[in-house]
Formats: sequence, C-alpha cells, structure tokens
Amino acid sequence: MKQIRAINKKAGRVSREAEAARADVFALQRGNPTGGTKSASTPHYPVGCSLTFFPGWEVDAAGGTAGLCQPAERDLYDCYATCFWPAQVPDHLNNASDWTAKCAAATKDWRNIDLVFP
Amino acid sequence: MSTVADCLEYRSGDYHPFQAGGHEFAYVTTSGAIYALTPAASDLLRAVNGDVRSRQSLAEQLVSTGMPALEAEETIDDLIDCRALVPPEEMAREHQPMPEHFPLQSMVMNLTNQCNLSCQYCYEYGEDKVATPEGKPKFMNWEMAQASVDYFFRDSGDRPAIHITFFGGETLMNYPLLKRIVDYAKGKAQAEGRAIDFSLTTNATLLTPDIISFLAENEIGVTVSIDGPPEMNKLRVFANGRPSYDIIAPKIKQLLASHKTRPIAARVTLTAEVTDVVGIFRHLTEMGFSEVGFAPVTSAPNRLHSIGPSKMDSVLAQFQQLAGEYLTHALEGRHHAFSNVSDTITELHEGVNKSHPCGAGLGLVGVGPSGDIAPCHRFVDSDTHKLGHVSTGIDRSRQTDFLSRGHIDNKYDCHTCWARPLCAGGCHHEAYVRYGDTGHANLHYCDWIRGWTETCLQVYGTIAANKPEFLSHFDRRKAS
Repeated sequence: MKQIRAINKKAGRVSREAEAARADVFALQRGNPTGGTKSASTPHYPVGCSLTFFPGWEVDAAGGTAGLCQPAERDLYDCYATCFWPAQVPDHLNNASDWTAKCAAATKDWRNIDLVFP
Repeated sequence: MSTVADCLEYRSGDYHPFQAGGHEFAYVTTSGAIYALTPAASDLLRAVNGDVRSRQSLAEQLVSTGMPALEAEETIDDLIDCRALVPPEEMAREHQPMPEHFPLQSMVMNLTNQCNLSCQYCYEYGEDKVATPEGKPKFMNWEMAQASVDYFFRDSGDRPAIHITFFGGETLMNYPLLKRIVDYAKGKAQAEGRAIDFSLTTNATLLTPDIISFLAENEIGVTVSIDGPPEMNKLRVFANGRPSYDIIAPKIKQLLASHKTRPIAARVTLTAEVTDVVGIFRHLTEMGFSEVGFAPVTSAPNRLHSIGPSKMDSVLAQFQQLAGEYLTHALEGRHHAFSNVSDTITELHEGVNKSHPCGAGLGLVGVGPSGDIAPCHRFVDSDTHKLGHVSTGIDRSRQTDFLSRGHIDNKYDCHTCWARPLCAGGCHHEAYVRYGDTGHANLHYCDWIRGWTETCLQVYGTIAANKPEFLSHFDRRKAS
C-alpha cells in the first residue's frame, strides 16, 4: 500500500520526476540499477517469447512486453517449426527432426510427443 | 537523486503538517507540493521531528507497526522524494535564476488618474499616495493608448494569450478611449493569431445600458469596487460628501442582469470602520455578484482607516466562517462566491512556489496616462517606481532592481515561514507604504496570512479527500 499520495499538481510532477530519475530503463535487469530500493520488490522479468528479434530485449510486436507469448498459450508446433526465436523446444534442424512425427493431430495425439534428452 | 537516496541519515525537511477531513497531509514548503499521508507515514515524520535519524531506525519504526520491510523502504524513499525527509547537512536551496527575458502576459492601463468619487481611504490620494501626477496628463489620449498596446504586443513576445485590464482613477471616465482600445487590440491580436481578453475595474457610477452592452458583447470582465450595503459603503463618497450607494445600486443590478458573458466580481476594501465581512458578503451575493473578494485597505498603521490587529482577528474569524460555507458548498458540488477561498485554493492546487508575491514588473505592468510603465497599477504615475516608457520599453536595470528587492531569497524574515510559497512576502505596494521599501516583507500580516493559508489548506485537503472531482474546477482557473 502506498503511504504517501500526491494531491496537488506540483506533488504529481515531483513524484513523476523522482520516479523517472530513479527508475530509468530496466530491460532485463533485476533490482534498481540507479541505487535506492524502490524497485527491489519489483524485478522486471519479461515472460514468454518475443515476436520481434531485437538483441538484448524481448519485446512484442508493439515494442513492449505485454503481448509476449506466454507459456500457457504457447503452441508447441509453432515454437518447434516456425518461430525464429529459440524457444524451450527441441531443435528441429539437427537433433530432433522427427520429434512430432507421431503426432498427426495435437488434440488427439499430444501424448505421443515425448521428452527429448540431449 | 541517487545521492539523496543513498544517504544513511535524515532529518525533517521543510514542510507544514495539517489535518483535513480526518486525514493527515504535508504541505512541502520548498516546492508547494501537497501529499496525503497514511497514519504510519505521518507518525514517522512526527517522530523524526528535529532529530537526525538513521535510515535503519526509520525502517525499523515502520516495520514495528506491522509494515512489510520492502514497503517500509519504499515509504522512506517516497518521503525523501517529496523532501519531507532530507539529509542532515542539506542547506536551503535558492530559487533557480530569473529568466533573462520574461514576456509580458498582462498590462493594466490606467486610462485616467481622475475619479468622480473621493473614497476616503483611496491609495491614489491622501498621505500614503505614491503617485506624483503633477504636470502629467490626467487622461490617456489615443496616441498614447495605441503606443501602449503596440508596446504590449511587442513585449509579450510569442505568448498565445494576453490580457489587458482597464483601470483608473475611474476607468469609465475615459470610456470612449476604452472602446477604441478594445477594437484596436482585438484587430491586432487577430492579425497575429493570438487570443486577447479584457477586464476593467469600475466604481459603477458611470455605467449606462450602452456601456453594459458593449462590455457584454466584448466579453469584458468587470470588477466593481463596492464595500457593501449603504452603511458599509459610506467611505465611498462623491467629492461633496454625498454617498454613492443609491447611485450605483440600480446600475449594478442592470449590469448583473445584462452582462452574462463573464462573471461579475465585487471587490471590497476593509477598513477600521468596515469589517462586517459576513454581512457584506450576504448583501453582495444577494445583489447577484458571483464572486466577492475582500482585501484590507493599504495604509500606514497610524492612519484613521487602518485596521488594527484585533479587527484583523475578527476579519480572519469571519473569513473562516465563510470558508466553512465554501467547503459545504464544494462538498455538494456547488459554487460559492467567496473568491478569497477560490483564489487561494487555485494556487494551492497548482502548487505554486513563488519567487515574487505577484507578477508586478515581471509578467504584468501598469501603464499610466503619460505612457510611463510602472510595476503595476498601484505604482502608476510614481516617479520613484517608474520602470520605463511605452516608447522605449522597460529599463532593464530598474526592473532588475525592483525584482531583486522583491525576490523571496532576499526576504530573510520569510525563510523560516511555511506560508511563503503563496505569500512570498506580500504586496510590493503595501510594503512600500508601510516600510518605505517594496522589497520589505509585510511583517504586520504574517500571523494573519498563516492563519488564512492554514484554513485554505484544510478546505483544500477536505475537498481532496471527500470530493476530489470538485478540484477539476481549479484546473480551469488561472493561477495568478
């Protein structure tokens, strides 16, 4: 819970400026790179897979992190065969090219997709 | 910011705690910012008081109330951000330097220094007058008016919206000139693609239906100088001593009935004889004024009309009574005409932190019939305070002298006062009349100003806590 709340316009401007000076850009860093403790409780973990290749960042098509592919939504077939981003699925080019060979229709045959041990 | 956050010890910053609507607030004097505090944050600040405390002990105090450790750390950071907590060695910081060029926003044109009334307390006459009109024109002529408007357009730079106020003497004694100026300035503004608006102050004796329609058609704001019902308006008399109330009352009713394009305000001068604030307010709102503002007369302390401390206490108590009414209205979402509250709350809402008490000599100037430029209308025609002439502009060295005298950094008496963001030492003219120096703090009003600011903070805080949507009314008002 916030213990101090800006009431008038000047307070709003002071708070925004302090926040901006403190927070800056976090990218994938944990904690607050500019000192202080404010962000220690809110480390920034972009979750999921990016749709846009941008080294050092994981961003969605809009440049943010809100629309990243989430694990629960992930379509293994898409990640396995068509997505350029290296997701946590077997490598279909070299080591596991037939990983989904026994799975003709995922809704029916998903149990046939087995683990792969490198 | 990081050096402050990394500091390990803190003391109280420069702030004023107040309670309103059952909540705790902090008014931070170094910024004009207002914050609502939870009891935990408020207790922490109270406990720090004048001590120097380690960050760890502050955090421990918050944790002892049951607050999670991370939240305690965030709370301390927030209090540092808003400067309610500061490092022990932090010195008062001076204001940022004045901008090299500050374009004008408003010009007050004293169309004449003549008046058809002889109000006994008027600062333009009597022993306290600062004007030296001898040998100068009594009425502004068209050439000077045109030169003044041209000067104003030049010195207002690229401001998209500017404002002209007509003043006197009695403004309407030079009504033909006023009309011509409005037409000329409007045309000029249109040609430059800028917005311009107008207002005037009048004693209402010369209002006619034609004048009223002109004012309404051109959306000219009107402030009427009136001190209340006949027995209160008794100092506002003609030269032969005849009272003015019976002459002005029907004209004011006509003005209020016909001029609806701008709010019509009443401006009351309080004197030793006239301090029935509530009675005057009732009378003027019943007449139909939508805004009624009060100000004590400006005079040396030993003058007949000067209000002594005990009467000023009574004025404050009555102001507080009306402020209470204002609050009740605000909580019901209704307008209340007591403009002393709305003017103060507008500034509190904005969070102004003034370097100078007003815009005089900065964004505002007064111009007299001779074309002389003064810091404001109250100094018009004064050789001592002349800043320049419309033909040659402002003498920057005289302006710098006036502004540095009036700067809050140079008013040492004010440096420990929590009401300084709004007051900034008080009116330059009042200071000159009382102390002979425009840069002297108005020390005779300090307690009064603090009392009134506290009242307005409480009204503001209560509205913020219980009817925050009402504050949007103040977004649209101009902080002056």
